[in-house]
Amino acid sequence: MSSARSVAALDEQRATVEQLRAKVAAMEQTVAGEPVPTLPGLSDIVPMQAGATYAVDSASLALALAAGASRAGEWVGFAGCGDFGVEAASELGIELARTVLVPDPGEHWLEVTAALVDVLRVVVLRPPASVTDRAAGVLDSRLRTRSAVLVVHGAWPRAAARLSVESSTWFGPTSGSGRLVERRASIAVQRGARPPVRAELTWPGVQRVDRPMVGIRQPADGRAG
Amino acid sequence: MRVMVVWCPDWSVVAALEESDRSLRSPAAVMHANLVEVCNGPARDEGVRRGQRRRDAQARCPELLLLPANPDRDARAFEPVLAIIEDLRPGVAALRPGLLAVRAPGSWYGTETQAAAVASQALVEGGVWDVRVGIADDLFTAEQAARSADVQSWVVVEEGGSAAFLRELPVHVLQDEGPRGRELVSLLTRLGLRTLGDLADLPGDAVEHRLGTYGAAVRRRARGEDQALFAARTPPPELEAEVVFETPLDNVEAITFSVRTTAERFITQLAHHQLVATAVRVEAETEGVVCSSRAWLHPRHFNARDLVDRVHWQLQGAGSTSRGGAALRGRKQSGEVRAPVDRVRFVPETVEPAAAHGEALWGTASDDLVERGVARVQGMVGFEAVRRPVLQGGRSPAARQALVPWGERAVDLRPVDRPWPGRVPGPAPVRVFATPPAAEVVDDAGREVRMTDRGVVTGELCRFRVRDAAEALPWQPVTAWAGPWPTDEGWWSAGAGPSARFQVVGADGRAWLLLRAPEGWALEAGYD
Repeated sequence: MSSARSVAALDEQRATVEQLRAKVAAMEQTVAGEPVPTLPGLSDIVPMQAGATYAVDSASLALALAAGASRAGEWVGFAGCGDFGVEAASELGIELARTVLVPDPGEHWLEVTAALVDVLRVVVLRPPASVTDRAAGVLDSRLRTRSAVLVVHGAWPRAAARLSVESSTWFGPTSGSGRLVERRASIAVQRGARPPVRAELTWPGVQRVDRPMVGIRQPADGRAG
Repeated sequence: MRVMVVWCPDWSVVAALEESDRSLRSPAAVMHANLVEVCNGPARDEGVRRGQRRRDAQARCPELLLLPANPDRDARAFEPVLAIIEDLRPGVAALRPGLLAVRAPGSWYGTETQAAAVASQALVEGGVWDVRVGIADDLFTAEQAARSADVQSWVVVEEGGSAAFLRELPVHVLQDEGPRGRELVSLLTRLGLRTLGDLADLPGDAVEHRLGTYGAAVRRRARGEDQALFAARTPPPELEAEVVFETPLDNVEAITFSVRTTAERFITQLAHHQLVATAVRVEAETEGVVCSSRAWLHPRHFNARDLVDRVHWQLQGAGSTSRGGAALRGRKQSGEVRAPVDRVRFVPETVEPAAAHGEALWGTASDDLVERGVARVQGMVGFEAVRRPVLQGGRSPAARQALVPWGERAVDLRPVDRPWPGRVPGPAPVRVFATPPAAEVVDDAGREVRMTDRGVVTGELCRFRVRDAAEALPWQPVTAWAGPWPTDEGWWSAGAGPSARFQVVGADGRAWLLLRAPEGWALEAGYD
């Protein structure tokens, strides 16, 4: 059960009233740890959980992480992204009517992000050059009580997972002819001290090209989006 | 019942000249279907007449100002005139733009002559220069009396004197009643009837047989037997709301707190008329002078909380300009306004029926929450700092998007559904730089790659770099490139000049959009 909007068939083994109660309880309160909708291509390598922080090293990955929630009807926000590409976001399925931009929060970036985290589902932040442990701690503690996900594009002291582009290839252009058609990138997901998980993704559309390598932990719960 | 008619001659021309801020003394004519519909005095002096073709009118008077016909504009401009007369005597009926009727004020102003003088003085003070007033027993006679009066003057026809007054008038006065009147005038002159008295003397049944019901009605009017009534209009409801502070307030927070009930009253009284406001002007006064006035547009419609927020932003913004207009404010320095405010007024600029803005059955609770949260962010960093992205049409990636301030409606967007030839194909760039950093692109011999006037690229793109503080890229070889996509936008009004865009893939596998403008290369966008 990813959000209040997903409707799954009731389990016949258990009492209907009990299951409905559980559903209503899930709708009434959103707590940290609840799964956040992710794009199908990313859902098994980066299962996002509310209250967590994810670090990425490219703007296209940040967009991809926000797109899943926006497609599922959630509000998303971008703080400090002065170079937000509106058309690319719209092509990826981000609903512009439910998108909040604060292109230049300046010195107030911490307060602005904290306020956005209160009401939005996914907040993408491009922090200034130096982030102190204390500032990150303030946001982390705020996140734990909210049902939002923070995606940081840049340096960040602590993160549940770090996504980085290891290699990237564009198909289409040659010397002066053709045009950009497709991009294939190898993504590494680093979770704590575990060995990184790698996956091949293609743009536009963020699709997986091959099955993940052996040893990847498949998420136990189903995911809707 | 005595009737007073106020006539403002050539109203279409007056309204059009006032709207375009031109002198009322310049010759002007309102044109419709290439014919002069109305012209003013100076134009008539030069020989311009109603019904003339444009070419003939311009031949008579080369400096004639031609204005388009717009009945809405005429009615809109006449509204203040109605309001001025309404202040003197309620029950005003607008017969058509430029002509209004009202029951003649009786003994309140002394005599009828004095009442006419008061009305004409009030209108002249209100900025209407050419006013003529007529008072008579019936509507038709009063209108003819007004038409026979001089500028800023009046004609009062005694009680029972209508028939005698109308007798001497030529039948041409009926021309103002439209095509039907003009047809009748032409027929009457051909029959040898020159004045209204000639028509009035004919037997009633003969007139009805020969001239129909309209002719019979005109004969009755010419005899002073017209009993036409006019429907007085209901004054439009007063929708403005204002709050007066007995002690002028000099703190934004205090003002914001104090306007809350007024904002609620404003919204409730609109709702009472089943209206919602989509554009509201907020005015703040200091010692009777409007010190801050701004129109706010709302993407949907205003509620009380939105209005309070707008007051906050407006006054805070007005205060901050004196400190250098910084977009970002520290918490300590915010709060003071430039001068103590003693009055805040909400004026609805656009109201729409509430039915057009009905909410969904399930409500929008979570959206409300977001609106509140975003309003808090706007309180921290300023109204303009929070944006809503929208798509629009254009050729460069930066032109294809717009960032609208949160809570404002997007206006003047270019349409997306046009072909926009010359735009760069392929996936849209993820990063679009608001101010493109300057770049350098060289060919294999190390010379800068240029575009000739005929759009030829002088060499193969070989290496490029960006030397900008925010987006620095060291020299790197180009592994693949595509283009150019040439454009020459706005060449008729000193645009950017001929330029071309290139998609360039660097050695690290990242793709960029580079622009070659006459001034040099620039990095417009990044694809990953």
